[in-house]
This record gives sequence, C-alpha cells and structure tokens, in this order.
Amino acid sequence: MINFSHADVPLWAAIVGSAFLLVGAGLTLIGTFGLVRLPTFYERIHAPTLGTSWGAAGMIMGSMIIFTAASARPVFHEILIGIFVTVTTPVTLMMLGRSALYRDRSELNPGVPPKGADDLSTTDENSAETLS
Amino acid sequence: MNVLILSVTLWIVQAALTLAMCLCVYRMVRGPRAQDRILALDALYVCAMLVLLSFGVRTGSTIYFEAALIIGMLGFVATVSLAKFLMRGEVIE
Repeated sequence: MINFSHADVPLWAAIVGSAFLLVGAGLTLIGTFGLVRLPTFYERIHAPTLGTSWGAAGMIMGSMIIFTAASARPVFHEILIGIFVTVTTPVTLMMLGRSALYRDRSELNPGVPPKGADDLSTTDENSAETLS
Repeated sequence: MNVLILSVTLWIVQAALTLAMCLCVYRMVRGPRAQDRILALDALYVCAMLVLLSFGVRTGSTIYFEAALIIGMLGFVATVSLAKFLMRGEVIE
C-alpha cells in the first residue's frame, strides 16, 4: 500500500508525468470523438482503439512516473493494466467486427463485401452452423 | 509549484475523460444498431478505467489501481460475450 501527497512529488516528475497524463487523456478524447463523428460502423470500430493503445499507455506511464518518484522506489504494477488492455482489445474488436459483418451479410445490406473464397470467416460460420 | 502543476493537470485530465464518457454515452443511446452500442460500451469501460487511474494519482493511493484492473477484466468479458451473442444468438453453446 502506497500513500503520498502531491507535495512529495519532485518537480521533474510532476512535469513529465503530467505531460504523459495529458497525452493519454487527450488521445482518449480524440478516439471517442471519432466514435461519434465517423459515418459507418466499420469506420467507427477503429476510433476507440486510440484510447486503448496510447491513451491507456500514456495514463499508465504518467501514473508510474509519479508513483515511482513520490514513493522513492520503483512502482510498476500499473503495467499489468497496460498489458491486459493491449492484449484483449484486438480480440474483442475482431469478434465484434466479425459479428457485425455476419449480421450485415445475413440482412443483405449494401456496402458489405461479399463472401469470398479466401475469406477466413467462411469456415468458421460453416462450423458454427454444423455445431448448432 | 509541483502541487499546482499536478492539480491543474488532473483537473484537465478528468474533464477530458468525462467528456469522452459523455460522447460514448451519446453513441450508446443514439447508435443505429446493436454493434454500435456494444462498441460504445467497450469505449465507456476503457474511459472509466482511465478515470479510476487518474483518481489514483490524485489521491496518491493504490486502491484505485485494483478497481481499474477489475474494470478492465470485466469489460473484456462483457464485450466478448455480447459480440458472441450478436453472432450466434446465445452466449454459452
């Protein structure tokens, strides 16, 4: 358990950590702004990854710098969040994109690429049909 | 000086993350289809996790870090199960 007050943070750590925190929060805000502004779902799915890659990484690095400098020993446990978010976000968004593609194809919506011979999702959908 | 820098920065950071959460909620309420709402929920989870990290820096304690870790893990499970529900119509086969 670590407890410190802001007066314990040295000036260089305050400046560097604040810069990282600002970069992280700003990138997250830009990502969600893209989530609102972009026109189609397949463009919107790219926007929040800005927050999960460098948004989260900037916040985590700023937090690590401030905690390390204030408690006078290395504090690296925030990197667990960074590793976990970086590993899991591509998996979730790939599953979400494939389910959206499946829904659009089954409703025959325009603007969706047709099912090709080299499409990886064909085998998976066929196996899903045979399983269910 | 360092106290001033940290408090101004944390104010700006928390305002930006709150605005980001508001934008996510807007997309989740308005979003034309279910996949848009799930994507907005995932982004909302990430923003809430970052807000908890900034609370941890503001208060200088590590309790908020554990809450942020749990939010990150639960957000992953929630989004995966919702995407699977959209694809198959059921979560557990």
